[in-house]
Amino acid sequence: MAPEEFESVYDVTGRDFTNAGRASTGIKDVLKRLGVNPAIVRRVAIAAYEAEMNVVMYATRGRMRLKVSPEAVTIEVVDSGPGIEDISLAMQEGYSTATPEMREMGFGAGMGLPNIKRNADEFHITSEVACGTRLFIRVKQAA
Amino acid sequence: MPTLARPSLITLAEIRDLLKAQVFCGEDLSVKVQEVGAADLMSDVLALSKPGMLLLTGLVTAQVIRTAVITDLSGVVFVRGKTPGDPIIALARESKVPVLGTQLTMFEAAGLLYGAIFGNR
Repeated sequence: MAPEEFESVYDVTGRDFTNAGRASTGIKDVLKRLGVNPAIVRRVAIAAYEAEMNVVMYATRGRMRLKVSPEAVTIEVVDSGPGIEDISLAMQEGYSTATPEMREMGFGAGMGLPNIKRNADEFHITSEVACGTRLFIRVKQAA
Repeated sequence: MPTLARPSLITLAEIRDLLKAQVFCGEDLSVKVQEVGAADLMSDVLALSKPGMLLLTGLVTAQVIRTAVITDLSGVVFVRGKTPGDPIIALARESKVPVLGTQLTMFEAAGLLYGAIFGNR
């Protein structure tokens, strides 16, 4: 359990596949350094990486905010982009609007959002078409 | 359903020899592996992998290395003679992810490793 409060912000650029994943691996390093339980670190890292890939694949830009407290790790991802027209459809496993380019990267199978939800204790998503998407996840640290 | 034999651990060095693999990076090949996954879809790896798993893949992108880091994989083997470029190797080295490459197909590599781990060698 991390004994201290910690917060950091990571900017993510849409279509920048070269750096895609850098924010999430940075988040993972921070959590490991803070002494967060490895199983929690892995869950947060997977959720963060899926969210980051969504920003890279679909949005113009995004910002990820990591907050760590003794009770929980939270990540908020806010992006500017096309938004999601039908969130309940996007949450269905296998539903995807990915392009062939995204699939060539090994993503875009319509599994990202469900996997984020699976790894989180709390999951909230809101979106406005032609504006952007806001995603919030919380993973509990304390038993 | 037949019961699987108890899996045995196999080192990355043994895997290198078994698959006649080239080592692109990875200083410590004494790391032991008990589980292997074969996938070209990183979404599957993110959803289904377990920590310490070795990944066989035909996908050669930086995202493979980043996925390995995120999910705590023990290493990556590129199959079918696929060769990662310098930026991918540099990223793997920096991330301390061992990366091997074999001429074998995914099916052949997976079969050999399955046999080695479950004692049918």
